[in-house]
Amino acid sequence: MRNLVLGLCLTVLFVLGALVSFVWTPYDHAALEIANKLKPPSLAHWFGTDHLGRDILSMIMVGARTSIAVAIVAVGIGIGLGVPLGLLAAAKSGSLLDEVIMRSNDLIFAFPSLLIAIMITAVFGPSAVNAIIAIGIFNIPVFARVTRGAALSLWTRDYVLAARVAGKGALRISVEHILPNVTNLLIVQGTIQFSLGILAEAALSYVGLGAQPPTPSWGRMLADSQTLFMLAPHITLFPGFAILLTVLGLNLAGDGLRDLIDPKLRRGAR
Amino acid sequence: MLRYTVLRTGSLLISLIVASLVIFFTLEVVPGDPASFMLGINAQPETIAALREELGLNLSPWARYVGWVTGLVQGDLGVSYTYRTPVAEIVAERLVISLPLAGYALALTILIAFPVGIWAATRRGSVADISVMGATQLGIAIPNFWFAMLMVLVFAINLRWFSAGGFPGWDEGFWVSKKALTLPAISLALPQASILARVMRSSLLDTLDQDYIRTARAKGLTKGQALRGHALRNALIPVLTIIGLQFSFLLAGAIIIENVFFLPGLGRLVFQAISQRDLIVVESVVMLLVFAVIMVNFLVDLAYSWVDPRLRGRR
Repeated sequence: MRNLVLGLCLTVLFVLGALVSFVWTPYDHAALEIANKLKPPSLAHWFGTDHLGRDILSMIMVGARTSIAVAIVAVGIGIGLGVPLGLLAAAKSGSLLDEVIMRSNDLIFAFPSLLIAIMITAVFGPSAVNAIIAIGIFNIPVFARVTRGAALSLWTRDYVLAARVAGKGALRISVEHILPNVTNLLIVQGTIQFSLGILAEAALSYVGLGAQPPTPSWGRMLADSQTLFMLAPHITLFPGFAILLTVLGLNLAGDGLRDLIDPKLRRGAR
Repeated sequence: MLRYTVLRTGSLLISLIVASLVIFFTLEVVPGDPASFMLGINAQPETIAALREELGLNLSPWARYVGWVTGLVQGDLGVSYTYRTPVAEIVAERLVISLPLAGYALALTILIAFPVGIWAATRRGSVADISVMGATQLGIAIPNFWFAMLMVLVFAINLRWFSAGGFPGWDEGFWVSKKALTLPAISLALPQASILARVMRSSLLDTLDQDYIRTARAKGLTKGQALRGHALRNALIPVLTIIGLQFSFLLAGAIIIENVFFLPGLGRLVFQAISQRDLIVVESVVMLLVFAVIMVNFLVDLAYSWVDPRLRGRR
């Protein structure tokens, strides 16, 4: 429970930061003030300024939008395509369709999101949208697997048998009886994929395959700081801590939610 | 075992064929004309036509695909559009950095995760266990390229124990080169070791709860003897699966970490190739990495069907 509270607090902090940045940031995140470059943290600039004199706190707040937006849409793609595929595979368990769906999933697993991003970028050029697609594609088999695994055990339950006796088809049973019962599991998995999405977006932006200037992004801030962080470590520390704490918050929240949903795990603190 | 191996090899071949189709048709057919990309917007149509002829782009996509795959099987990856040298040579030059880096990181991952996971599992619920699990949460959440930058700051710039980047080449001696790969390998290994330590701990806890461990202890075996003689081998199955999956993350992660340390490996090659639109290099490198991931998972499957004969009957 402690994990859940701490995780949710950290997550809410960053989501709030992103939301507040739509109406207010300490400074204009894009305003250059070269005379003020690489200033260490102070009362005027809590997190200091970067190599172009921009306020790092403002950039982190606006960058949170990019990270959160990319991760949310990528999880959305994973859920939107992966869950129906998982439900279908479970409903037709043992059939050729099930086999095709699961083997295709295995194949997508062989392409880490970075490789998908490399291919998409080679074709269409780098952008935040391509990062979303790359991370989203990687999420599809994750959700398909989780859904299929959980759905398979639900298909043996009495209430599903009752629904079949009542004449409901596989599609209706999947939507009306199976889906509501796998939702908890999907929320937990969604939290984990959300944190992985934030890490992946940061990595893609860091190597130049994600968000492009002028869109602020935590990964890009780290890439920009790479040649200067020996002179001014704060330009690396703050964006890095932003990623670390957001991902940590989401992971703790995910673990806490899982323990809450599955009390068997709580006692052993696995 | 033989039947399982044959079936699994069949599925391996199908995966490789489908992966090659996906990579080829994504990169070769969708983006348009590499010859125009190479020559720029001011190129004469005749020059473009001549280059298309030279690169074999006038053939049908299927003919080019068959040519590409036949080349791959024979170790001929084609000729780089920008460097004008065989892709296989360029890739081989870079592979001698990326592969040892991924291998080094995998070794560190196992060397850190196994003792930590076992140590925490045998002290379940203690302060030590809780602290170690807290530390692994941090290890999982930390972006490895940022951790790499922090290590450069501490160990290369402040303490001057390691160089901040670059690779001297294996000709300079094994230890010198290994030293250059140490910080990159640690940065790659840390998040994976954190995940693996958690899996090791959780799997060992499950195993230690089993009746046969209680029987072994009742027979008079010490806790350590029961652990070494019975629990460890049984706890290894999920751990092996995760190690297989981690290899793909280490390879992909190596591509990013090479950028932090300016290592001239596959990662830097592929990013240069993207910016130069050298698609034949991109598709060869991506295919090579996907091939490595699929092969490792195949070997892991075979390994754990060998460790646990019950798995051979499945699928």
